[in-house]
Amino acid sequence: MTIHRRTLLAATTAATLTSPLVARSQPAGAPIRIGFSIAQTGTLAAGGRPSLLARQMWAQDVNARGGLLGRPVELVFYDDQTSAAQSPGIYAKLLDVDRVDLIYGPYGTPVQAPILPLARQRGKLLFGNFSFRANEELRYERYFHVAPFGATPDAWPGAFVKLAHRNNFRRLAIVTADAAGTVALGAVARETARGLGMEIVYDQRYPFNTVDFSAVLRAIRSARPDAVYVGSFPNETAGIVRGVGEIGVGNTVQLFGGGMVGLQFAPLLEQLGEAVNGITNFQTYVPEPTMDFPGIREFLARYATAARAANVDVLGFYLAPFNYAMGQVIEQAVRATGRIDDESLSRHMREATFDTVVGRFAFGPTGEWREPRMVQVQFQGVRGTDVEQFRQAGRQVIVEPEGLASGQLRTPFERSRR
Amino acid sequence: MDLELLLDATVAGLLLGGFYAALSIGLAIAFGLLDVPHIAHPAFALVGAYGAITLQGMFGLDPVLAGVILAAPFYLLGVATYRFYHATFESRGSDAGLRGLAFFFGVAFILEVGLILVFGIDQVGVRAPYIGQALWLGEMRLPMRLLVAGGCALLMAALLILWLKRSFTGRAAQAVAQDETALALVGADPVKVKQVAFGVATATVAVSGALLVIVGPVEPNMARIYIGKVFAIVVLAGLGSVPGTVFAAMILGVSESIMLSGPAASWTPAVAFGLLLAVLAFRPQGLFGR
Repeated sequence: MTIHRRTLLAATTAATLTSPLVARSQPAGAPIRIGFSIAQTGTLAAGGRPSLLARQMWAQDVNARGGLLGRPVELVFYDDQTSAAQSPGIYAKLLDVDRVDLIYGPYGTPVQAPILPLARQRGKLLFGNFSFRANEELRYERYFHVAPFGATPDAWPGAFVKLAHRNNFRRLAIVTADAAGTVALGAVARETARGLGMEIVYDQRYPFNTVDFSAVLRAIRSARPDAVYVGSFPNETAGIVRGVGEIGVGNTVQLFGGGMVGLQFAPLLEQLGEAVNGITNFQTYVPEPTMDFPGIREFLARYATAARAANVDVLGFYLAPFNYAMGQVIEQAVRATGRIDDESLSRHMREATFDTVVGRFAFGPTGEWREPRMVQVQFQGVRGTDVEQFRQAGRQVIVEPEGLASGQLRTPFERSRR
Repeated sequence: MDLELLLDATVAGLLLGGFYAALSIGLAIAFGLLDVPHIAHPAFALVGAYGAITLQGMFGLDPVLAGVILAAPFYLLGVATYRFYHATFESRGSDAGLRGLAFFFGVAFILEVGLILVFGIDQVGVRAPYIGQALWLGEMRLPMRLLVAGGCALLMAALLILWLKRSFTGRAAQAVAQDETALALVGADPVKVKQVAFGVATATVAVSGALLVIVGPVEPNMARIYIGKVFAIVVLAGLGSVPGTVFAAMILGVSESIMLSGPAASWTPAVAFGLLLAVLAFRPQGLFGR
């Protein structure tokens, strides 16, 4: 009985002592509201959904850590249907009706395009989310971009062209979807190639949502290029990869890919399986030894569990860690300044360096990463259609930039696919 | 463009045209013969595609076989859709076309949202031994998935022509397009005839949907890509002509393919509507219209 009394006393004392601590660790007061639109339907929904999931994971984590300035974080978001016509109205509502404290940009270049002038007009800090060269002309000082594209235009498609040039592949074919984003990227590939003295032997845009690429691939083959830069969206990426497998692209081709959207996401990789072998394409993160940032593996393991439950891209390499990192940047900036106003946070973010699950980075004058870190990866040794194999090193081998390279580029293209 | 490339483009275009024909044949009946502004036609095809994916997931069926099996429930779906359309719009006045257009637009939108809710927004596809394979003809390689789509389209067209020419309901369906009142005077019920014909048209859509997902992975918002194209083919063909629909689809496929091979590839979408405008200007009844 005595023991029981002592146990009870100890338990009561412990509860009394710890409960204030627990209470102090719980965020309290009015929430800090972060508002954004995010594609949950439409063309970019396949990227919008993992982005949202990662943001929600950060909000849960930061609230578990006590929130920001002791206040809980609340995300306020709407589906913009991947429509540039929808996003301005949504952001006006977020600012005027929902009265959010901070805003994140929508996912994708065309949807974000009308938001940057609005943010500037209102003096709001805007965190861009995978929007290519969005602030190059406006140069809004409160714009920050989480994707590692960098301010130099050649960091992404240019990297593919430089890779070709370094390997003495001098005859380049360029084929892109006839849409703003892919055309802009194709232009960068073209400029980089001309700057390097390469010969452009084929340069065409195909219509958005083309069904069959046999004709395009045959035309490319007849031009006998050494390297083929492809700027495509997911629907067409599937058609191009299948077409390459069926009718080939010619035995002169050493390097193929560069700007194919869709190969970053698990659903398309699952569809295409071994057909992706040999393709060299852009990525932001792959689980190679040269990109083993602190916290990234733990984050992706947690993300995979949540993604399976939410039925979204289970790999989440391309967007999810960066969307989580957006929250980490805000969290570090708020902790450092002790404020949540746009002016203070922007001033801090322009100067500071941030440690996140996607590594350490700082923002440059246009809000892009000061040091770009897009990588070109070559699919190697893919077997079957199980997407879990992409969690292993060696399936998406980094071949550019040299500083992050994790393996050798396999050529020629047709042989590298076996 | 050299001769070899032109020949390649023509053959690729014929295969592409076969696929377009498969997608358009049902509309040739629904819109061409029955005058129903069925802009949800590609959305129905997408439902067929997801149906084939589901059947393959559950029973491991070949997608074409899954499409054929789905034709029966799709026939019933077509009958039910037409009955609703007739009772709500067609029987209530002369502006049924415009209101029907809004109705089918709504149906397409609901189907799209339904597919998103059930299957999610990611691309999904099917597996079949012929997907990703090619048939070698000398130096030329022909994608098997397009050969299968084209072959199925031709078979479907042949069966539909037989039905239209040889069966009483088929002949009545053609008669209803010409003179509904005359058909009623000879004792046939035009509404029932249309109901059956719309059901048959919708049944073909199940197979077209299976072919759609053989050609490439699908996603719920994909139907809108094909709306303009399938209507252009049906009008180009001449309303209600099944052989004309196959021919027009082939013309469109070849034209697109040649454009894609040439130096003005980005102008390819203009081909469908450019051809349509030219035909409407010089032969308003369409290529095979009377």
